[in-house]
Amino acid sequence: MKEISLNILDIAENSVKAGATTVGIEINETDEALEFTVTDDGRGMTADFLARVTDPFTTTRKTRSVGLGLPLLKMEAEMTGGKFMIASRSETEYSDHGTTVCAKFIKSSIDYIPLGDIVGTVCTLIQGHGDESVDFCFVHKIGEKEVSLSTSEMREMLGDVPLSSPEVISWVKEYLDEGYAE
Amino acid sequence: MKTLEELAAIRDRMKNKVAIREGTNETRIVVGMATCGIAAGARPVLNALVEEVDKAGLTGTVSVSQTGCIGMCRLEPIVEVVRSGEEKVTYIKMTPEKAREVVEKHIKGGKPVVEYTIGNN
Repeated sequence: MKEISLNILDIAENSVKAGATTVGIEINETDEALEFTVTDDGRGMTADFLARVTDPFTTTRKTRSVGLGLPLLKMEAEMTGGKFMIASRSETEYSDHGTTVCAKFIKSSIDYIPLGDIVGTVCTLIQGHGDESVDFCFVHKIGEKEVSLSTSEMREMLGDVPLSSPEVISWVKEYLDEGYAE
Repeated sequence: MKTLEELAAIRDRMKNKVAIREGTNETRIVVGMATCGIAAGARPVLNALVEEVDKAGLTGTVSVSQTGCIGMCRLEPIVEVVRSGEEKVTYIKMTPEKAREVVEKHIKGGKPVVEYTIGNN
């Protein structure tokens, strides 16, 4: 992946596929490092599957026998001297099921890839899944500054207008771009 | 200064456009957005498709959605067009420019752009 925002898109898509009703995306950024956490309340993974999930040959998809999303993210983060963590509770064992993926990147490393178009990632997630019953909660803290957006708050204002409407997505893009420009 | 209240204004405007919400979705455009798709550049392709469909005023009848791995990873970004009464058309190795052409010639014009399809490659 060329940018961290694409990894975030990939991991958040996993959360949606796991049947999450809420997907939290939190990014904490300082001059030295960038750390993101994706949390969901989807069906989760058993301890067994979790132990194998960062193996490229472990995947839930039926079309191929390779799943590169998590192993690639782990490699990218660790190559910068950062870290990668994944925790999960399966719905077969827990009522508070879900998965949390956390990756930290050290900016001074020559292998650091940029965050890139994070606004694009948030827009793509809302456009693609806004009509489904999943909510996204996005928070990006850069030092003292914070940019955030919650689709559940948006729904309160929008009534039954679908989140995926072009006008709404335009608004999301402008709202976030403005937040970053301040 | 963008505020959440502006969303309420959007809601009021949309109340008059009932067709948008009761979209007939005669045409469905599906973009592969799994790890393979994202890494290959599906996000800009999706954005171009959404933009062009909106510009053409077709949002009520044409839906653009995302899917997981289609199974032909080295051919990503993949865009599938499904139209009621027609066979599914699968476009491979898409770019934003090709996506714009597809909206123009296939979605609006009714003629699939054969050279970008899987059957032709």
